[in-house]
Amino acid sequence: MPRLKPPYFPAAIGLYGKPTIVNNVETLANLPWLLTHSAADYTAIGTATSPGTRMVAVSGHVKRPGVFEIVNGTTTFRDLLYGDEFCQGIRNGNELKAFVPGGGSAPWFLPDQLDLPFEAKLVGAAGSMLGSGAVIVMDETTDIPRAALTLTRFYAHESCGKCVPCREGATWLERIMERLADGHGTETDLEQLFEIGQTICPGPFPHAASGRLGIEAAPFPFKMTTICYVGPSAYTSVHSAVTLFRSEFEAKIVKRKLIPVSVGAIDDQH
Amino acid sequence: MTSTESGTESGTEPVTPAPPVDPNVVSVTLNGRVIEATKGELVIAAAERHGVYIPRFCYHERMNSVGMCRMCICEVDTGRGPQLTPTCMVAVAPNMVIDTESEMTKNVQQGILELLLANHPLDCPICDKGGECPLQDQAFSHGPGESRYIEEKRHFEKPIPISDLVYLDRERCILCDRCTRFADEVAGDALISFTHRGNETQIATFPDEPFSSYFSGNTVQICPVGALTAKPYRFKARPWDLAQQESTCTSCAVGCRIVIDSSRDEVLRYMGVDSEPVNHGWLCDRGRFNFESTKSDDRVLQPLLREHGELREVSWNEALGAAAAIIKEAKTAGGADGVAVIGGARGTNEDAYAWSRLAHEVIGTPNVYSQMGDGLPADILRLDRATINEAAHATTIVLLAPDLKEELPVLYLRLREAAEKKRSRILEFTPKQTGLTRYAWRSIGYEPGSQVAVVNDTLGDKDVAAQLAKGNVVVVFGRANLAETITASVQALHQLLAAAPGTKVLPAFRRGNSVGALSVGMRTGAGGLDTRGVLQAAADGKIDCLVLVGADPLADFPDTDLARRGLAGARRTIAVDTFLTGSSARADVVLPACAFGEKDGTTTNLEGRVSNVVRQVSPAGNTRPDWMIASGLAMALGSDLGYANVNEVTLDIAINVPGFEQVTVDGLAANADGLLVGTQTAIWPVTLLEGTAPERNSYDLRLVIGRTMYDQGVGTATSPSLAHLPRGSAVHLHPLDLARVGTADGVEVKVRSARATVVLPVVADASVLRGTAWMPWNNPGPNVGELIDCFSAINDVRIENL
Repeated sequence: MPRLKPPYFPAAIGLYGKPTIVNNVETLANLPWLLTHSAADYTAIGTATSPGTRMVAVSGHVKRPGVFEIVNGTTTFRDLLYGDEFCQGIRNGNELKAFVPGGGSAPWFLPDQLDLPFEAKLVGAAGSMLGSGAVIVMDETTDIPRAALTLTRFYAHESCGKCVPCREGATWLERIMERLADGHGTETDLEQLFEIGQTICPGPFPHAASGRLGIEAAPFPFKMTTICYVGPSAYTSVHSAVTLFRSEFEAKIVKRKLIPVSVGAIDDQH
Repeated sequence: MTSTESGTESGTEPVTPAPPVDPNVVSVTLNGRVIEATKGELVIAAAERHGVYIPRFCYHERMNSVGMCRMCICEVDTGRGPQLTPTCMVAVAPNMVIDTESEMTKNVQQGILELLLANHPLDCPICDKGGECPLQDQAFSHGPGESRYIEEKRHFEKPIPISDLVYLDRERCILCDRCTRFADEVAGDALISFTHRGNETQIATFPDEPFSSYFSGNTVQICPVGALTAKPYRFKARPWDLAQQESTCTSCAVGCRIVIDSSRDEVLRYMGVDSEPVNHGWLCDRGRFNFESTKSDDRVLQPLLREHGELREVSWNEALGAAAAIIKEAKTAGGADGVAVIGGARGTNEDAYAWSRLAHEVIGTPNVYSQMGDGLPADILRLDRATINEAAHATTIVLLAPDLKEELPVLYLRLREAAEKKRSRILEFTPKQTGLTRYAWRSIGYEPGSQVAVVNDTLGDKDVAAQLAKGNVVVVFGRANLAETITASVQALHQLLAAAPGTKVLPAFRRGNSVGALSVGMRTGAGGLDTRGVLQAAADGKIDCLVLVGADPLADFPDTDLARRGLAGARRTIAVDTFLTGSSARADVVLPACAFGEKDGTTTNLEGRVSNVVRQVSPAGNTRPDWMIASGLAMALGSDLGYANVNEVTLDIAINVPGFEQVTVDGLAANADGLLVGTQTAIWPVTLLEGTAPERNSYDLRLVIGRTMYDQGVGTATSPSLAHLPRGSAVHLHPLDLARVGTADGVEVKVRSARATVVLPVVADASVLRGTAWMPWNNPGPNVGELIDCFSAINDVRIENL
């Protein structure tokens, strides 16, 4: 069970009261360049709100998945997915169905959002986030419920168990998604997913705009009742998948025939 | 513009100085009205104080907040708009706006409850907690009303015993962290913890290490669901069937406040009450579970009279008549000096007062004493006394005491907290490491007999001197070793008091009402004998009538041989007791007494705090309260003590005993935490045996005998849930001394003192001081009291192989 973080800036007073900081390789990789060049040189690249370059890891249904260095604020998702120097388009000439712009906990984007640049504010307003810079591409052959299940299951498994909404809510989401993906879904399941999502993240939840469905984008940020972002992350893929691809879920719901019951016949016996 | 210019001219107005702003008061808006909260107060606590209840599971006033259940989330606006905030994690800030009734707050509360109930088993009909369950109550008041969870719930093997007294049901557990926090933060026995992760998280104990904490019962009380249940109470009752009254535990002298729950005239459990000056809601397991003793089948229910060597049941009239005849005969034969009355520390103040009047006034004997030679001399009460709160807030707490964790467990909790929160520094002098050693700033071991020298040396240390010079020192003073007289410790105490003027003393009396009995009169009259003197006189044939008022010298008096000879030497014995103990079973007349919970009255704890005890169930059989027995005996001797009911005794104490003036029935009713009775100055001092401890020769080990939490004391031995918990007599040696003596852990050896030889198993124990042998007192197995000579300043033993 993780400890409560002390209420100080961790780099100054963190674990055991000592300065604590964990940096990832990308951050450290920038340092030699910054030290040999200057801050001015760094901020000359990219935009004011998203300066410098970024390493993005593209995986999924592209011709050339891998890690690429893009220019913040300039490179667009279309450039990244279809550009010759980057991923060179969707595999097998398939159509793009959806893509996750910033790691497993980011709401999904549709082809509608391909022309967005890698710029934090614009992506946030469009209903997602740059996040960890991991782009996951899904083409037309993707089983959306199963894709969402995979992401939700991951976060439910990673839950530390401390707070109720994530520990119970994420697992409940996973159970429902399992049934839906396996074709045992019920009529009430889709609404139930949103209800659980409301307990984890009350209020409007970010999602992308869709011309096909005629819906507007819902921007960041969201509220949460959990201690950290793992709980909302478990819900994000569910929310994006059901909001943007509801028909795929409905197709998996078992429509049960109702057996009519006649109340009148019993009364007649008295 | 100055304020001297008058009134309404343009631009000038009389300036009224603004009222001074108290930096400790924080104004916040709660549900639309402005309230005054205290600086540093948590939002949830401030709201509760002002009448707004915010639902919660993991929050507990006496432990650190963790913000895990998320049930206390409300919308709190600190200037950036309403944010969902766990109100148990956030302190009040100026101009904060708190809304506990907003729609979003309500939705969150409903949602969290729905999620908690998702995996919660439908156990209510068979769960102990039903009827007093925060989950039930909050599901009813704040919940969604219907469950939409149709998946398979989490399953665990249930219940599993995690200790002798507590069962765990992991399916019911809502993982609120209260039990784990209690065990770690409050008790210091982190034997219970979370394992696994996410949805698989569960409570577990370490492999092969049960949750055998002395405080495990508290986790049952604070668990917000029925995950932790107490074995002695499982399936016994529903809360709505229970009659409940507040009372005071008298298992030890701390006097924790409790409620007694009973149903159909049977005591079913005790629960801790949060008394700010005393126990903060906690109880030790011994005090919590020894309620079974009151309803034991072994209770003495009828008066008994010895005829032809056998005890026969008789009526009260016959028994009291026989007892009076014995006393009259004794007075005729040897004068009032030939009668001795010992005991009274196990009853109420009223019991002790009536008996002291009977003994001093009616019988006229000066040989009256309530201590059993295993505690402190009465004149300790003359020293400036500290309260528990004062001890727990002292700058320095000096311990010259036994292991408080074993003898006065809740006092240990209070002092441990003071050290853990870095409020106080503990300076410990001890003949064996104790439960507080690891929290002590300095822990100094001393060999019995050498405490004066050791204390003097320590006082010479400049760091210690500097620490004591800061002032606000409290000494907790008690009997650390039953195998040595109290003299050396008292001398060491006086050294400390001289070195740190203004120091207060918290006397670690052990028996429930030791202070009360001594204060109201169960002490020697002029020229009278204390208990050791009485037993010696009886052994010498000088006591014609020995009266034992709830006293068991064979089990309690340190020198078992003297106790035995004393009981045999007394020509006749009258015993007032609840059970036939080793001592009372030999009496000529046994007068059956009411047990705890069967009589009203008051008791005095080691601070001098008087609080009430209540009669919750009818006295068993034909038993009577001690004060009534004293009245009956006085009547049979031709005197009327003048008490028609117990309140009249309470009133008489208030009138006649200095310090008890405020202790009336009304006074106590108005002060549930009790009333402090001032330091007694009229206590007759008891002569201490002079003499220094001889040097220890290199073959011998200095004997240290200490009490353990569970022993063969009546309350424990007659409670089936606790009776098997004492670990048994043994001789504990430091591992290096084991090697030197030439024996090993588990081997039986002969332990020889100047008095006797006892065969005991050896235990290797690193907490024992080199050169000493430690033994637990009154544990099942051979009686270590045979080894003690109570007139000797110290006792040495030699270990020999069988």
